[in-house]
Amino acid sequence: MLEQKLHVILITGRTIDQGVGKETGKGSQEYFDSAAVCFIDQADLNKLGIKSRSNVRVTSKYGSVIVRALKNPYGSNPGLIFIPCGLWANAVCGDETFGMGMALYKGFMVDVEPAPKESILTLDELLKLEFGKEVQ
Amino acid sequence: MTEIKSVVCPICGCLCDDLEVTVENNEIVKMKNGCSQCEAKLVHGYKSEERILKPMIRKYGKLVPVSMDEAVHKAAEILTDAKYPLLFGWSSSTSEAQRVGVELAEELGSALDNCCSVCHGPSVMATQEIGIPSCTLGQIRHRADLIIYWACNPWASHPRHVERYTAFTEGRFERSEWKSYMEKLKGESSMKKVDAASRRIFMNYKPQIPPEACTVNAPPQTIHKGGRKMIVVDVRKTMTAEAADYFIQVQPNKDYEILDALRCLVADQELDVDTVGGVPVEYLREVADAMVNCNFGVIYFGLGLTQSAGRFRNIEVAIALTRDLNKRTKFVISPMRGHFNVTGANVVFAWTTGYPYAIDFSQGYPQYNPGEFTAIDLLKREDNDATLVISSDPGAHFPKQVMQNMMKHPLITINPDWNAISRLGDVVFPTQWCGIEYEGTAYRMDQVPIMLRKVVEPPPGILNDEELLRRILDEVRLIKAEKAKKEGEILEVCK
Repeated sequence: MLEQKLHVILITGRTIDQGVGKETGKGSQEYFDSAAVCFIDQADLNKLGIKSRSNVRVTSKYGSVIVRALKNPYGSNPGLIFIPCGLWANAVCGDETFGMGMALYKGFMVDVEPAPKESILTLDELLKLEFGKEVQ
Repeated sequence: MTEIKSVVCPICGCLCDDLEVTVENNEIVKMKNGCSQCEAKLVHGYKSEERILKPMIRKYGKLVPVSMDEAVHKAAEILTDAKYPLLFGWSSSTSEAQRVGVELAEELGSALDNCCSVCHGPSVMATQEIGIPSCTLGQIRHRADLIIYWACNPWASHPRHVERYTAFTEGRFERSEWKSYMEKLKGESSMKKVDAASRRIFMNYKPQIPPEACTVNAPPQTIHKGGRKMIVVDVRKTMTAEAADYFIQVQPNKDYEILDALRCLVADQELDVDTVGGVPVEYLREVADAMVNCNFGVIYFGLGLTQSAGRFRNIEVAIALTRDLNKRTKFVISPMRGHFNVTGANVVFAWTTGYPYAIDFSQGYPQYNPGEFTAIDLLKREDNDATLVISSDPGAHFPKQVMQNMMKHPLITINPDWNAISRLGDVVFPTQWCGIEYEGTAYRMDQVPIMLRKVVEPPPGILNDEELLRRILDEVRLIKAEKAKKEGEILEVCK
């Protein structure tokens, strides 16, 4: 049965492609293609009725962002999604540190829903939207 | 064309020092031995169009190029006018520049923090609580026969760690497991081909390879084999887990429970439950046996422990497990430090101020309190009224809300390229690429200092981090002296 929205756990972290992208340049196509994505389990993609490489909206209580859904390449993790470190992940990460200086980057609940008609913002677009500054 | 050997890679905490770089017309054209990230930076990234070549100041909302003197004066003015600036970053700079940074923070009475507060800050806190039994990467390379990667994925973050320092390296006393890994891959590939052929020939054929499921499988017999063994513990299967002898998939935020259960099992205590954190206790018992029976074991842990529920308590219990294991065998533990000199930032700050990060100079002397003087907390409470970011990119790695608070006040950035934070800066300084265009000291993840090398000349007019910070510091002292002189003159008139 198809579901409009999935309530899942978000983990952010490193991928090798994101590493290559950030070293190539934050404004590069490599960085955009590797960081503005979200790895979702095949079972969860089926539940949402979407295919790999379609756009999804990820929403937490801290914010919301559009990213490209990709099929989780290794193993099986239903109920858990992964977004590589970067500006797109930060849009939904929390600023709670629990008195330790470390923000909330892993292991919290988010909603994922299909967003086929919405487009993914580029680095400059996202910076301008979130911080209202003219970027170079 | 010049070929330079033994170049140090300025990217991750591994600081691989065996790169061979070919330079032609003052440009790196070829690189050997490095990983894909190293290739991306050394051959393409450092000379890309994203390079900042001139200092800039934001005027009427737009960044315009200015002279170095004007930018230095503007930055010093912002820092001296602010009541409580924050100096943040430092992890991709040399230790010599970090030392000048401490001097600047002391002069300004500012907050001083490094990237460690959003990566291994909790590891530092745990180490301060109960110490850490650790060793150098060389010891691991030659002696370790059990390697545990806990909540980290070195294949993505430290691509040569496994190949150069742990399971796939040829040590003096332990052999490389690379060949057996390749044989395992060949075996799996053949099995897939047989299955595919069988499916075509026979109807209702059940494949030999069981479908992947979100469960933990029993440890294979190889967990008790001789030679090097690699175990990966993580919430999701990764490329590192694919290469491991055994992979334990734990439930998110349950690392503390599993580490504590392993402590009980290592101490030969019984557990009253069947599963811990989604892992059957009988499987954990076999892992505990493998830990106790190894000759030299190591736990490398990553941000999966420091950023999950429990934070520094997760590290504390992992260190306590290592301490317990040392009653039975030899075991060490080490964090997988990210940026190439984030360890150096901790070391330099500690030997100059007594504290590794989250430092405050507002009282005229250094104070330390993670949770109060850490960058995220300061920004969240809007305590600071100006920010200087050097050699890091909080623009791409801090949560949106704290970055929005940072944008309410002037921002000075010092980075070689247009990363996210430079794009948002009010005073933007270019700088040389550390470890490519200038040399200096960096500390490897095991706290071994290594000299970074210069392989090409920087573009004209661009200073390195240390020179630039020194100029800003001199200008700050000049402005403060002028202010003090003016205040003295006013007092004289009043008298």
